[in-house]
Amino acid sequence: MSAEREGTERHAHPTVGVYLRVGAALVILTVLEVGVFYVPAFHVVLVPVLLVLSSAKFTLVVMFYMHLKDDNKVFTFLLGGPLVIAVGVMVALLFLFLGALTLRGAAGAG
Amino acid sequence: MTAHTSMGLDNRKMAFWAFIGSECLLFGSLISTYLVYKGKSIVGPYPPEILNIPFTSVSTFDLLMSSLMMVLALAAVQRGDMKWGKIWLFSTALLGLVFLGGQVIEFTDFVHKGLTIGTNLFGCTFFVLTGTHGAHVTVGVLWLLTLWVRALQGKLGPANAMTVEITGLYWHFVDVVWIVIFTVVYLIQ
Repeated sequence: MSAEREGTERHAHPTVGVYLRVGAALVILTVLEVGVFYVPAFHVVLVPVLLVLSSAKFTLVVMFYMHLKDDNKVFTFLLGGPLVIAVGVMVALLFLFLGALTLRGAAGAG
Repeated sequence: MTAHTSMGLDNRKMAFWAFIGSECLLFGSLISTYLVYKGKSIVGPYPPEILNIPFTSVSTFDLLMSSLMMVLALAAVQRGDMKWGKIWLFSTALLGLVFLGGQVIEFTDFVHKGLTIGTNLFGCTFFVLTGTHGAHVTVGVLWLLTLWVRALQGKLGPANAMTVEITGLYWHFVDVVWIVIFTVVYLIQ
């Protein structure tokens, strides 16, 4: 039974070809990230572009190298749940601190 | 000793994903702290004066390639090709060591330029965040070298593929954390 399960999990993993293609995509995305950083024309949209590229790299590694694409959805929940909490805390703290600064600035100006 | 949960999933893999979830919260809090204190240092050196993007880009490339080596090691062990399994495992550990070497060079350079953990808010949050990540890479390298030694002793084979897969999960997690750090700390200044 155990061997059958291991065999099934093994079968579900991507092939070496997929691993290599994902590796190439990761390199291209990293080159784009660094390229965008150095091109002044992109500085207006630097943050959103970098966040999109970074998210794409994150997703590729998690889906293909960590096998979440084909693995049981429980594992996706075990990663996704804390990830949502972590991002939520990050956004809340940034709003809290940046909001406090804005209010102080407004009070000072008034 | 492998056992399965009531859902038919490997218990070690289940526990390790729960651990990775907890690590998300740890790094989430460290990245949040960095962002909250970003731009609030009242003395230098400041990030644009000190961060070396070309050098860190090479380190990022190195860590991404180590993730590729890791999945190639897993694929080799799963198909019973232990010759390549050993080569890829050692290559992964070696690239991890190169990354750590780069971090040592970077930290030393920063200290020589006057940035320590106690210099300003940037130094404090930067060294705690990247230092914690470096500590995780160190644990990963030691883990990989242990697996490699076991492979050399003939104690690692297709029957232990899950052990290699769990090691891979840890290594890839360390990689995705660096993907976020590279963007948030180095590129978004």
